[in-house]
Amino acid sequence: MTNTETYNYKVVRQFSIMTIVWGLVGMSVGVLIAAQLAWPVLNFDVPWLTFSRLRPLHTNAVIFAFGGSALFACSYYVVQHTCHVRLVFPALAAFTFWGWQVVILLAAITLPLGITSSKEYAELEWPIDILITLVWVSYAVVFFGTIMKRRVKHIYVANWFFGAFIITVAVLHLFNSAALPVSLWKSYSAYAGVQDAMVQWWYGHNAVGFFLTAGFLGIMYYFVPKQAGRPVYSYRLSVVHFWALVFTYIWAGPHHLHYTALPDWAQSLGMIMSLILLAPSWGGMINGIMTLSGAWHKLRTDPVLRLLIVSISFYGMSTFEGPMMAIKTVNALSHYTDWTVGHVHSGALGWVALVSMGAMYYLIPRLFGRELYSLRLVEVHFWAATIGIVLYIASMWVAGIMQGLMWRAVNADGTLTYSFVESVQAMHPYYIVRTLGGAFFLLGAVIMAYNLWRTIADAKPVEVEIPEPASAH
Amino acid sequence: MADFTSDFWHWYIAIISVLSILACVWLLRWMTSGFIKKDEVEDTGHVWDGDLTELNNPLPRWWLGLFYITIVFSGFYLLLYPGLGNFAGILNWTSQGQYEEEVAKTEAAVGPLFERYQQTAILDLTKDEEALKIGERLFINYCATCHGSDARGARGYPNLRDSDWLWGGDPQNIKTSILQGRQAAMPAWEGPLGGERGVDEVAQYLLSLSGRATISELAEKGKAKYEMFCIACHGPTGTGNTALGAPNLTDDVWLYGGSLTRISQSIAKGRNGQMPAHGDFLGEAKVHLLAAYVYGLSQEK
Repeated sequence: MTNTETYNYKVVRQFSIMTIVWGLVGMSVGVLIAAQLAWPVLNFDVPWLTFSRLRPLHTNAVIFAFGGSALFACSYYVVQHTCHVRLVFPALAAFTFWGWQVVILLAAITLPLGITSSKEYAELEWPIDILITLVWVSYAVVFFGTIMKRRVKHIYVANWFFGAFIITVAVLHLFNSAALPVSLWKSYSAYAGVQDAMVQWWYGHNAVGFFLTAGFLGIMYYFVPKQAGRPVYSYRLSVVHFWALVFTYIWAGPHHLHYTALPDWAQSLGMIMSLILLAPSWGGMINGIMTLSGAWHKLRTDPVLRLLIVSISFYGMSTFEGPMMAIKTVNALSHYTDWTVGHVHSGALGWVALVSMGAMYYLIPRLFGRELYSLRLVEVHFWAATIGIVLYIASMWVAGIMQGLMWRAVNADGTLTYSFVESVQAMHPYYIVRTLGGAFFLLGAVIMAYNLWRTIADAKPVEVEIPEPASAH
Repeated sequence: MADFTSDFWHWYIAIISVLSILACVWLLRWMTSGFIKKDEVEDTGHVWDGDLTELNNPLPRWWLGLFYITIVFSGFYLLLYPGLGNFAGILNWTSQGQYEEEVAKTEAAVGPLFERYQQTAILDLTKDEEALKIGERLFINYCATCHGSDARGARGYPNLRDSDWLWGGDPQNIKTSILQGRQAAMPAWEGPLGGERGVDEVAQYLLSLSGRATISELAEKGKAKYEMFCIACHGPTGTGNTALGAPNLTDDVWLYGGSLTRISQSIAKGRNGQMPAHGDFLGEAKVHLLAAYVYGLSQEK
């Protein structure tokens, strides 16, 4: 049987382009709000330009607009390529693209206006939440529908992770966003007090665990072996770390609520499950990096592969730091400080953004039937991004630990050694370094955008025929 | 202090938690038993997308060790600390208990010091360098948020360095203000004064009290209104009444701003300044030291 069916690259192209666009937008806002912390005058006394309103805009733009578009693009590409079938329900797939863009636009309008449910990473009000739900269910139907139609027996490991990410995010979103609307743009959470906090952080930490980890591990599992031209290191390891990861992540939320009104037993369980999570997380790192065995030399010549491998290294580092910070005694120092912000960004910039960017360098030329415009510019991007990340996380480590130590320093008479505002003042130089780090990272993203724009300028979209699956041996 | 509404939830949490940790162990044992032979790396034989294949390397030993260590640690942790439902853990630790212990420890260490200061009169403390230093530290942490780290206040928050006191400036009055808090109540006078015009007149009169330029015609009418409505609290000459926290209107010190607009606003809409009580929170000894520090500030020239 000959197969003349082609891949649905249109929706992948659309999401890929928007990944770049939203990346630039979200990171620019990030640099602005970092600068606002160092120089408050940059709030301009305009309500919708203040840090308080732009901060959720930044997080939503980089996580859901940039990261989300990258996940849609990569999962749609990968699921077609590893199932050897065209995406099912093309109209529904198109709806996920346009629906998701409308969600992002609504976020970009409502958040600066101060319309918020005030739940971190779930700030969008209920009408937008409903649209998210519709898009997400459509996404699930398209993704799992394509899996069901697959022409190979085994489901590729990347799809396990994409699948877990899609299902879990649906559950998280539905439960955490449950609210009672009182008007078109105002609602109240369905939960109260510490239960609300627990539901929020069950959601919040699994937004990290499934949106920003499982989904991007799916990206890693396809693009790293492809770019390296090497087999995945260990199937067995992928089985163990997949199940252990999806199983233990869901417990880890309470570590955001150490030493609060949350009952002690829940805090303890959150802490130990976060510790147990270390090995499953590192399983992904090992499988990614060891896929390179026998091809290490490629790192010297291939900056795209280097971007991917460095992203996995940052993944390993953040997933070591995370369990450590979940230990109560460490958390007592780190909680509420900029250390947390640094930790998040070593994951967000180092892991999520770099692996997405590596995937885009792989994907976009192929979607337009072109060669990448310049490998040299990828090299420049790589160094700008790496320097940016190092400046960012190193300044936040120093700032955060200093903050924690200043807050707990006590005089012989039992009074606090420092006032809060002294700790704010002490942060100033580190906030400047952090802004600089963010600016370097943004510079890298601008270089990438230019490089990819030159790659696809006046190119025509390509139609690629789906090859026959290899016969099992 | 049970966290659960019934025993069912205790067992529910405890059993699911233990089973979940055991499930990790089972997964590891399942994936390491039987089908690995060392030095033999097989290919799973699966192929996707032309060239995507998988090896089946054994789980790295150091990684397996790490996984088991975290599991064993967790087991011990759940024995020692609360975690399995109502089971309090062998150490009987609670976060509340840890807090109380730390507070008691600090109290025991610094209690006698504060005790000694509390026995000393506030006026004497203002001559004690050490006492003033402690007072300053307390001020920076508990008072500076509103009154500023230089104690010069802000709009709505009194300047503590001048000699203008709403509720009295002798040591005992200051101590009472901190200990019990103060609630000022300037009513809204827009209605009784007959609207904007009446407010304007009184405002003009107030300006004249502190010797500022006024439209004398309006001020004249304002005086009559002042004597009807304001005199009870602010007094016939406008010097105020510290028993009520009614400010002196003749010294050109304005808590809520001294422009004509702001003065008119205060008259029209009223003001309800509130100093929170700190007695329960800080304890009398610390308040005693703070009073000395604040009194000292107002005596500096």
